[in-house]
Amino acid sequence: MQCDICGNNAATVHLTEIIDDKMTELHLCEECAQKKGAQMESHFGLADLLAGLADLGGQFTKTQKETKIKCPRCGLTYEDFKKIGRLGCGECYSAFREALLPLLKRIHGSTQHYGKSPAKKAAKAAKAVKTTMARNELQELKEKLQKAIQIEEFEEAAKLRDRIRDLEKRKKK
Amino acid sequence: MNLNDLLNSQGEWLRCTGPNSDIVMSSRVRLARNLSKYPFAHWASKKEQLEILSVAKEAVSSSKKIKTSFCLDIGKLDSIDRQFLVERHLMSKEHAVDAENKGLCISDREIVSIMINEEDHLRIQVMKSGFDLRDAWHIINDIDNEIGAILQYAYSLDFGYLTACPTNTGTGMRASVMVHLPSLVITKQIDKVLQAITKLSLTARGLYGEGTEASGNFFQISNQVSLGHTEEDIIDNIERIIKQIIDHEHSARESLMSQNKNMLSDRIWRAYGTLKSAYIITSNETIDLLSIVRLGVDLDLIKELDRAIVSELFIITQPAHLQKLEKKKLNPNERDVKRAAIIREKLGENKGK
Repeated sequence: MQCDICGNNAATVHLTEIIDDKMTELHLCEECAQKKGAQMESHFGLADLLAGLADLGGQFTKTQKETKIKCPRCGLTYEDFKKIGRLGCGECYSAFREALLPLLKRIHGSTQHYGKSPAKKAAKAAKAVKTTMARNELQELKEKLQKAIQIEEFEEAAKLRDRIRDLEKRKKK
Repeated sequence: MNLNDLLNSQGEWLRCTGPNSDIVMSSRVRLARNLSKYPFAHWASKKEQLEILSVAKEAVSSSKKIKTSFCLDIGKLDSIDRQFLVERHLMSKEHAVDAENKGLCISDREIVSIMINEEDHLRIQVMKSGFDLRDAWHIINDIDNEIGAILQYAYSLDFGYLTACPTNTGTGMRASVMVHLPSLVITKQIDKVLQAITKLSLTARGLYGEGTEASGNFFQISNQVSLGHTEEDIIDNIERIIKQIIDHEHSARESLMSQNKNMLSDRIWRAYGTLKSAYIITSNETIDLLSIVRLGVDLDLIKELDRAIVSELFIITQPAHLQKLEKKKLNPNERDVKRAAIIREKLGENKGK
């Protein structure tokens, strides 16, 4: 069998492509397959898997003229993100926030960070967002309490309960 | 300390001394961090990458928590040296490709390693012997606090630490445990275990992380989710699941020993015999046989051999290690001969112990 592209060499690589529900078979020689391979690579890969997910921000893509949105800081467009599966800088998280929320939800099942924070920055930002922080902490404690009860760590549970009470008192003041 | 000194030293995690080290090889925690001032590494200009590299190196070398570290410019290393570092689990495969402006800092006994300008500006890793995620987390948390006080990280209150890929956002943490599960593989229960793991938002990978196949019955099990839970909760979750896997592997070992001891002994001693007598051996065959021999040592069937020697052989029989030991480039055939010689020598040394 001859190569479908160059027609010179013997075909050793056999590909099945499905484009718009139409199946085509390609028989290629080593050399042409490699050229084709470069194209294939850009078709599959983590970036595309992510991009597939990224499209789930359907609302966003419909209402906000789609991929034209650019991060004001680093210049990455949403289209770029869909292609490479990587964001350009920290600001991108604000620029593409609406599209990223459903994406993060799908990957992590959550859109709210509960872990540690960098000491310096947190102190700086704390004033402005004190209430949200307190709420988050409260929520976290409540989750921990549930867990402690589940695994019958009652001593730990009692401690958590007291901290939750404290926090709630402080909030009321 | 420099790169070549590593060849004659042994990483902490290879000591095989930590908790449950008959099944758990090592525990590893890594944190992804970016500097708020710069675009992410792949999107930064060459000039910015260089700045990130020097700022990050300075912060690392001023750290008091990281003892006697040294930093390498990956771009200046040849391909064997780069592969050597990958084989020692000090950096990722990705970090060895397009290595311009990439850095790697390594601490005393290879416990801490920090990749600079990988997917994220900083990828901090702490690796410990045996099943000890908690200790790894405490070490890395201290280091992260220290470096975080020097460098301004990209962080938001709702999304946490901001990373180049949204799969790492939040804690930026990946905690993983390398487990050796030969009995679950022999008794064909492994697929069930791996399926169950994915349902619990964990993933299983091969020896060398993302995109590598499981070989030698080793599996790297890590958290999939990094956002929405605290670091401690994520580690708790993995620990609980790993404990169950350890129990499963233990009971599979027991049932093999009580019901199929002859079959098992036959496989183990044949593997040991092949390793001791082969003159040509590929890297894949080596890993598979060493895995079985390790099981023999763990089950106390092979009494004359120390587990640490088996672990050492896993590492020093890898292609780049062989070539560093031989101090020259070897083609695959030459490597297979050299590998067999080293194994014979190491297992022979051990005689009469």
